[in-house]
Parts: sequence; structure tokens; C-alpha cells
Amino acid sequence: MGLESALGEGYLTTQLDALVGWARKNSLWPMPMGLSCCAIELMSAGDPRHDISRFGMEVMRFSPRQSDVMIVAGTVTYKMAHVVRKIYDQMAEPRWVIAMGACASSGGMFRSYSVVQGIDQFLPVDVFTAGCPPRPENLFNALIKLQEIVQQSSVLDYRNSNEPIIVS
Amino acid sequence: MNNVLQQTVDSLRARFGDAVEEVREFRDDVIVVVGRSAIVDVATWLRDNETCPFPLCEDVFGIDAWTRKQRFEVNYHFFSLTCKQRIHLKVRVEENDPSVPSITGVYPGAGWYERETFDMYGITFPGHRDLRRSYMPEDFEYHPLRKDYPLMGIPGALPLPKRG
Amino acid sequence: MSDKTKSTQDYFDAPILTDQLPPKEKRTKLLQALLDMDPDLSFDDPLENDMILNMGPSHPATHGVLRILLRLDGETIVSAMPELGYLHRGYEKIAENETYHEFITHTDRLDYLQPVHNNVGYILAVEKLLGIEAPPRAQYIRTLLAELARISSHLVGFGVMAMDVGAMTLLLWCFREREKIHDIFDLVVGARFTTSFTRIGGIAQDITDEGLAAIRAFTDQFLARLDEGERLLNRNRIFFDRCRNVGVISAEDALAIGLTGPNLRGSGIPLDLRRDNPYLIYDQLDFDVITENEGDSLARYFVRLREMKESVKMVYQCLEKLPVGPVHAHEPKKVLPRKERIYTRMEELIHDFMIVNHGVNPPSGEVYHAIESSKGQLGFHIVSRGEGHPWRLKIRSPSFCNLQALPMLLKGHLLSDILAVLGSLDPVMGEADK
Ligand code: SF4
Repeated sequence: MGLESALGEGYLTTQLDALVGWARKNSLWPMPMGLSCCAIELMSAGDPRHDISRFGMEVMRFSPRQSDVMIVAGTVTYKMAHVVRKIYDQMAEPRWVIAMGACASSGGMFRSYSVVQGIDQFLPVDVFTAGCPPRPENLFNALIKLQEIVQQSSVLDYRNSNEPIIVS
Repeated sequence: MNNVLQQTVDSLRARFGDAVEEVREFRDDVIVVVGRSAIVDVATWLRDNETCPFPLCEDVFGIDAWTRKQRFEVNYHFFSLTCKQRIHLKVRVEENDPSVPSITGVYPGAGWYERETFDMYGITFPGHRDLRRSYMPEDFEYHPLRKDYPLMGIPGALPLPKRG
Repeated sequence: MSDKTKSTQDYFDAPILTDQLPPKEKRTKLLQALLDMDPDLSFDDPLENDMILNMGPSHPATHGVLRILLRLDGETIVSAMPELGYLHRGYEKIAENETYHEFITHTDRLDYLQPVHNNVGYILAVEKLLGIEAPPRAQYIRTLLAELARISSHLVGFGVMAMDVGAMTLLLWCFREREKIHDIFDLVVGARFTTSFTRIGGIAQDITDEGLAAIRAFTDQFLARLDEGERLLNRNRIFFDRCRNVGVISAEDALAIGLTGPNLRGSGIPLDLRRDNPYLIYDQLDFDVITENEGDSLARYFVRLREMKESVKMVYQCLEKLPVGPVHAHEPKKVLPRKERIYTRMEELIHDFMIVNHGVNPPSGEVYHAIESSKGQLGFHIVSRGEGHPWRLKIRSPSFCNLQALPMLLKGHLLSDILAVLGSLDPVMGEADK
């Protein structure tokens, strides 16, 4: 076909991917799933000093329908896991998940009967963030890493089998 | 033990006789062990007495003593605003009949504490109007703070959503 | 005639196929009225029927993961039922399996707006159990940092409450001040807010002159900054109208339901353990116990606001009186030795080994110690059986009990008042759920 053959195989789709990826990555709207202590650092990330809006991400939406990335900040208990999952299911695709803090990533210091030992047991996670709590800078680190993932994702299949990234 | 508390304990002894099973003191904390059937009366008296009233119920909680006889203990902390004293009551119950009359009629604030104790130890409080689990899901079968419940829980006792 | 060419009129003229409708006794009132072409159809007042609304556990105004079930009549709350447990992390069970030192880090995460208070409250209970006391300098530093933590916690309470009722600016300003406190903790303790600062018989490390200067610099400018924030709200009609006479609780009810802390003092009862049951060095400090008599959201707000000023006063006094001397009690079998000595001395190495591996082994017995945290009375009840870890540790968390008053406070108010009431109660779920 005309244009495809003139420009080379896959040229258009890759260019489109790049364009859409660029647009997506710079307008990520987070859904702050603030559960416990890490949520305080998540709030700090939005404060005048750290100013999350430098990354085009200050539009915290508490409605899953309007958000692209869920930041799970805090300890997820078994009771809460169902709620987290339900909210994740309500998010429109494409959607990404950041596990913020040791608790969300692995259960952290809470080896007990009621804490889920890592949210990857019931959610696909894109970036794990180390720290208890991660400092806001580390959260930004995670967000920038996520932006890289988003940039590389394709239009049709946004989750193109990326391994989760761990930032620390 | 200072004078005010000593007086209170003496009056408790005089008034309730054998229901006051034991009085202990450790690091200035006074622990009064009372009989199960007397707890509501003792609490009422503590709240209403003239010399040193205890209007604030600070806490109600259980302890698993892990003894063959009288395995569970229910503890109460009351605080007196006028004489700035604290008194600690203790009721011991058997494993096969873990129930203590509720003191919510005397101290409405004890309601949630008794729910918590029920949740964690399975001790029931007859007379409590709304005795449900407070932390764990309603359909959870165990009582996690009992000593025979493992720290990491029993696999499958709490379901997780599917990863999907 | 195909469907496409049917006109609207055709639909109207078509006979109603009654056999496709549900049988007469199963038809709704509306359907039957339509079929009968009954022009006098009337319904019961829909507002007579209550509606159940679920709020949370993921809701921006519930301060974390609180869930409230509301029964509404129109917009009026008939009854409210809070449900907890979405952040139940099993602290008390964890404590039974850890040594006394190990659990210090866990206390940080209880009330994560003011970890120092939890550290202090826990360590005082342990010290009471062991029968030891930290040296004066350590006590002063604990008090100093605890009061700073109280300011930082009240700042969040202050800002979040303002945000909930619609004043976003204040939250950002409060967080600006909080950042400065975080910087101080970063400097003095080494962490922004999970401090783990206390140790049995002392504190993690002595405070440097640089740290003291930073604290002084912060307090010097804080009152002016607070004043700025205050000016935004204290003459603000909207804020006043939303908070005044909302969530009123009388002194008797507040006491009966077990409120403590600023919430109790907002109802006019001057209970403050710092004065009534002094711990640390509060008996040597000069401060006022703040009370307000109205018992509504506004009163609780003012109590917090004025308490911050008292805290500043106390910080100054601590800075002034700070004695010199050691920050660790001389109790080799109970207090962790200093690192530099562990590497050079035999006895210290042995003690360190014993304390880390077997714990401090307090005598068997049970103690309860409570402190006045910024949320209310925070108590730790420890039952020891002479082992390295507690047999039972009960945390008396103020937020749990303060939340208990919620159904009482909300009854009869409008849906939007929940924010003003919750904001003024200032619960922290990490502590309420344990
Ligand atoms: S990782 Fe640490 S700070 Fe974050 S929620 Fe868990 S315990 Fe709290």
C-alpha cells in the first residue's frame, strides 16, 4: 500500500506510538490510593516544595474513572485488597500501577495475619518504590521511570510485557 | 499506693466483699481483680462514688493468659478527673465460657472496646447492643490475638481478589 | 410496514399488547396508572424513604481508609455507622513476637502524623516496666521533639480541616511549615518522619548544636506564619458558617463516650495528662491547658490552633533549660551500648549481644502508661512474663475512641457537614485500626 511501502514497514505505527506515548506520559493523572503512612509522603510530594506538577501529574483524581495511574501508597490489608482491586477495575485503560513503599511492594515490616505481603498478588504492578516511606524524591523517581514505560508502550497493546521496575 | 486509691480500694472491699478477689500493686499501678458477676456493679459504683469518681473509661481489653483455668482476662482502665488517679480492674473467665457482662450501660464509651475484645479474643459481652467484629471481616472465623492463632495467619482464612 | 417507516403517531395508535405485560398484580403503580390513563397519579413523598449511602473506605475526606455507612433522609443524616479495620495491621500480635527494642520502629507507624509521640509513649511504658529513667537531657530532648511533632500533627489537622470545608490554600501553607519540621527531623534524627527516635533509657543520638539552631530558627518564624494562616480563616464567614454549631457534643456526653485530647477540651473539660499526670519534664514547664466551651467543630479547631502556640512556648522553654549531660541511663543490662564502645570493649559487646538476641527481660508484671499525644490519650499497656518480648501489648489509641463519637456528632446534620466534623475530630486511621 502506498504510504506504508513508501515510508517503510511499520513506520506509521511506530511514529504514532511515539506520539501517543509522549502525549500520555506527560499527562498522567494519578489516582492517589492513600492508605497509610506513605500517603503522608504522597501528600508531601504535592506540597509547595516538591511540587509534583512539574511532571504534569498534579491532577490527583479521587475518581478512578478519570485517572491513569494508581499510586498505592501504604499498607494493604486483606480487607482493603478487595476495595483496591475494585477501584483498579474501574479505571479506564490504559492504566498503570505504582507500588509506593515497602508495604505495598512486599508487606514491608508487617509480617502479620492481616497484611497482604505485596500487592502484586492481586494487581499488575509497573513500578515498585523502595523506602519506608519513600521520600518524595524517590516517588518522583518512580514516576519518571513510569513515564519511560509509558513512552515505550504501544497504542494497541499498552502493556507490552514490561518487567516491573524497582526504584530505590 | 497513695491515700485516695487506698481509700477507694478499701471501700470496694467493704462494699463488695468477696467479689474483690485480689488487689495487686506493681510500679504504682493498682490492679483489682473482681468477680465476673460483680463487674457492672463495681463499675457503676466507681463512676458514681463521692470521694473519687471515675467518669472516664479509658480502655477495655482482653488478655490471653494461656493457663488451663481461667484462660482469658478482661481488663478495664478508669480515670478520675478530680483526683487524677487511674484504677485497673481485671475479670478472669474460663475458656469454655468466655463471657463478661457488658458495662456499656454504665460507660457508653466502652462499646467499641468490647467489640474489639470480642473480635480479637472471642469474649462475648451479654448486654452489649451491637456486638460485631470491629476490625476483621464479618465472615472471618478466628480470633487473631489468641495465643493459638499464628502470627502469619491461617492460609486461606482471608481471601484475596484474583490477579486476573 | 417496516419499523423504519413507522411514524410516532403509529406508536401511539398501536394497541397495547397486554399479554406482553406483567400480570396485573405484579405491575408497578406507575405502569398501572399509565395503562389506565389515570391523570391523578400521586406518589408518596420520596424523601420519606431513607437512603443508604456508603462513604469510603477510599474517599478523599475520610482521612485514610475509614468507611462510614450513612442513612440519609434527603440530605439529613439519620444515622451513621463507621466501619474500621481497613488498615488493621495486627500491631498487638506483632508486638508479642518482637523484642522491646524491635517494636520501637513499629510505633512510628501508629499515628504517622506525629511519630515521636508514639515513640515516647511506648518507651515510657517500657521504662516504667523496667523501673529505669532516662537522664534529664534525654528527657528534655524527648519533650522538645514531642512538642515539635505536636505542631506538625496539628498543622495537618488544621490544614486538612480547612481543605475539607473548601479552603485549599491553607493546606499548602501548612505543608510548607511541616516541611520545615521534617527538615529538622531529618537533621536531628535522620528520617523525615518515621523517626524511631527513642531507645530504652535514652534516645538514639544526642542533638547537635546545628539541630538546636534549626529548631530555634523554625520556632522564631513559626508564629508569624501561623498568624498568616489564621488570618485566612479566623474572619472567614464561610468557614465559620460551616463549622459553627456543627457536630456539637456536650461535656457529659464527651466524657461518657470517652473522647480525649483536643476533642474533649473543645467541650470544656480541661483534661490534659501533661498537667494532670505529668511525665517527662512537663511539670517543669509553664503552659496553659486550652479549653473551649462550645463543643462544636469550630471549638475543636480553636483548641488545636491555640495549642500550637502553647507548644511553641514549650519548645522555647526546653531550648532554654536544656541541660548538658549524658543521654543514656547507666543501666548496662537494659540500655543498648554505644556503637563505638561495642567495637572496642568486651563488656559492651556482650551486653549488646545479650540485649539484641534475648531482649531486656523485664520483671513479670503489668504496667500502663499514658501520654497526651496530639490526638488524645495514647496509652500502652504491657504485660510481661519476664521474657524478652511482651506477653501482651495493648495500645490505647485515641483516634479509635474519638471516632466512636462520630455517630453521635453526625446525627441530624447535613451530608456536607461530615467533612467539617471529621476534619475537626482529626482521626488517623493507622492508629485507630492498629
Ligand atoms: S512502607 Fe513504611 S511508611 Fe509506607 S505504609 Fe508501609 S510502614 Fe508506612
